[in-house]
Amino acid sequence: MSDLVFQFPNVNAFLAMNGHGVYVWSAYGISALVLLSVALAPVRRRRKLLAAMASRLKHETGNGTP
Amino acid sequence: MWQFLKTWYHRLASPKWFYHTSGRWLPYLAAVTILLLVSGAIWGLGFAPEDARQGNSYRIIYIHVPVSVLALVGYYLMAVAGAIALIWKIKLADMVMVSAAPLGAVLTFLALLTGSIWGKPTWGTYWEWDARITSMLVLLFLYLGVLALSRAFTSRDTAYKACAILSLVGTVNIPIIYKSVDWWYTLHQPATIKLTGGSTIHPAMFKPLLVMIIGFYCFYALVLILNTRAEILRREQRSAWVRELI
Repeated sequence: MSDLVFQFPNVNAFLAMNGHGVYVWSAYGISALVLLSVALAPVRRRRKLLAAMASRLKHETGNGTP
Repeated sequence: MWQFLKTWYHRLASPKWFYHTSGRWLPYLAAVTILLLVSGAIWGLGFAPEDARQGNSYRIIYIHVPVSVLALVGYYLMAVAGAIALIWKIKLADMVMVSAAPLGAVLTFLALLTGSIWGKPTWGTYWEWDARITSMLVLLFLYLGVLALSRAFTSRDTAYKACAILSLVGTVNIPIIYKSVDWWYTLHQPATIKLTGGSTIHPAMFKPLLVMIIGFYCFYALVLILNTRAEILRREQRSAWVRELI
């Protein structure tokens, strides 16, 4: 792992990427957002389903607190 | 031995068993996925050497190649799940198939998008009707087709058959995508990583790519399991074991 060195002299050069910054960072940024939302969608869906089922069960059995 | 395999197979095919077992493993899978993707991205963005010809724009490879690989692998997984659902009428296989469709569509979309962004500084254009790009667009439509079919029927019994058949027919497209860069040598570069024969990528660039590919396999498994669990809950909400969860 001795060959692992940071390739840029400073943060500005890292962001600019020799003029390719806008392409690289937009590709990474959009991908991160899309991947995050695709991973969170089933979590939200499951939570909603469980909540709906809980309220229906309460309604059916009629022993829930109002 | 055979008996053991048979009981194991039947247990695996039970949505209840799948739901409980996957729930225990999910936190670990999520942790490994985040660790691999974050470290791989930092490695690829900051520590992998610059490409001699493409400069820094090539760093998009660390997303573009893994999402493309998973878009293709995921299609086979969806088709195999469809075949299992058709042949053995296993409910869980049907649930896996419909869970794989939106995930595959998103990954194919990302492959096209990152490729398009990468194309601008490298080829001078966002879009070209190149064989690889066009066949990937067909893959996106196949995924969306399966997704639309799964929602088009009121009877689940008809829906899964239609989805499985479209998935299976669509597999014809996968080798075409894979081989397109060799058959029609137009704009897209040929594969730099090969299972057989020598790869044409430097180890310093390849190591972070490998981390990202493994990370995206974990991501795929993670989201497929999450999708399948939500689908199980939705379809089994009237069953006793789901009621006990609440």
